[in-house]
Amino acid sequence: MASLNVSVVSADQQVWSGEATMVVARTVEGEIGILPGHEPMLAILAGGEVRVTLPGGEKITANADDGFLSVQANAVQVVASRAELV
Amino acid sequence: MGAQLRVYRQKIKSAQTTKKITRAMELISASRIQKAQARVAASEPYSTAITRAVSAVASYSNVAHVLTTEPERIDRAAIVIFTSDRGLAGAFNSQVLREAEELTELLKSQGKAVEYFLVGRKSVGYFNFRHRAFERSWIGGTDNPDFDTAKEIADAVLEAFLRDAADGGVDEIHIVYNRFVSRITQVPVVTRLLPLEVVESDEAPEASTKHEVFPLYEFEPDAETVLDGLLPVYIESRIYNAMLQSSAAKHAATQKAMKSASDNADKLITDYTRLANNARQSEITQQISEIVGGADALSSAK
Repeated sequence: MASLNVSVVSADQQVWSGEATMVVARTVEGEIGILPGHEPMLAILAGGEVRVTLPGGEKITANADDGFLSVQANAVQVVASRAELV
Repeated sequence: MGAQLRVYRQKIKSAQTTKKITRAMELISASRIQKAQARVAASEPYSTAITRAVSAVASYSNVAHVLTTEPERIDRAAIVIFTSDRGLAGAFNSQVLREAEELTELLKSQGKAVEYFLVGRKSVGYFNFRHRAFERSWIGGTDNPDFDTAKEIADAVLEAFLRDAADGGVDEIHIVYNRFVSRITQVPVVTRLLPLEVVESDEAPEASTKHEVFPLYEFEPDAETVLDGLLPVYIESRIYNAMLQSSAAKHAATQKAMKSASDNADKLITDYTRLANNARQSEITQQISEIVGGADALSSAK
């Protein structure tokens, strides 16, 4: 199965990047889950958790507020002025 | 010891002390350049992500946004000047201030009133000394800029931009800062920050390979809201980048200035050592000739 290429970026550094099977984030319209093959999308994030599921089934949680999410060709970018891993 | 010799020795001492200080400052800024450069590099993913997103929205939607539309009449302009808090950096601050003055001249010749936002103690000092008014200033922290300050500046600038010109708002915003090119070169850069000039990628998609063609994005909630959210963030990141560049350039300029100061001190020390040796030798020669003359006088008196 194809996997997602995820990067979590904050204003002063790249917080995390790697392969993942699923990303769950909260946009201003509600929670959204992204699986491989998702259509290209740009969404504004509402403050809150971003959960990234790794291929091994482990989960990574990051706090991100004041940012946006972009999906394009299985590359997911979570961009927030402040973001940190929990 | 002769008076002249003492003066030379004093001068050598003082040059040596100065050299110690400038040498230490040179080493300190050399190590800080690296940190500053690393911070510029670390902030790159953020600014590329935002730039990409903004151009993606701009090329696939015809949303007119207040930040991107050119006002019909521009009566007032604002300049954000990025200087440093400390001096001893060669022409670093003066070249930014000179560029800002040139820009002011240009804007005034176009019939615009100019307002200033100042970053760094040096620019504030420059304006205060000349009794010139400025809108707001931020001092402290230019050596190690943090994102909060950048956000604060962006908020203030956007607020001024969105206010009506009649209420003291501005219609365009320029930024002037030093860009770090290398350890040797720092160039002052003048760019217009607002209104944004969005380069639409659909104008010449094939012509330039640099512009990638963006897929049809789905916007959530809609293109307008996304643009609304993105543009202020874009401004923030541009200002943050200017601050980081300026701080890296400042450290490089300091290193260069302190290097030439140390070299100068070295030269002074050599020169004065020569002069001191000369003075000592002539003193000795004089003493010998006095002794010989004295002995001569004694022997011929007998």
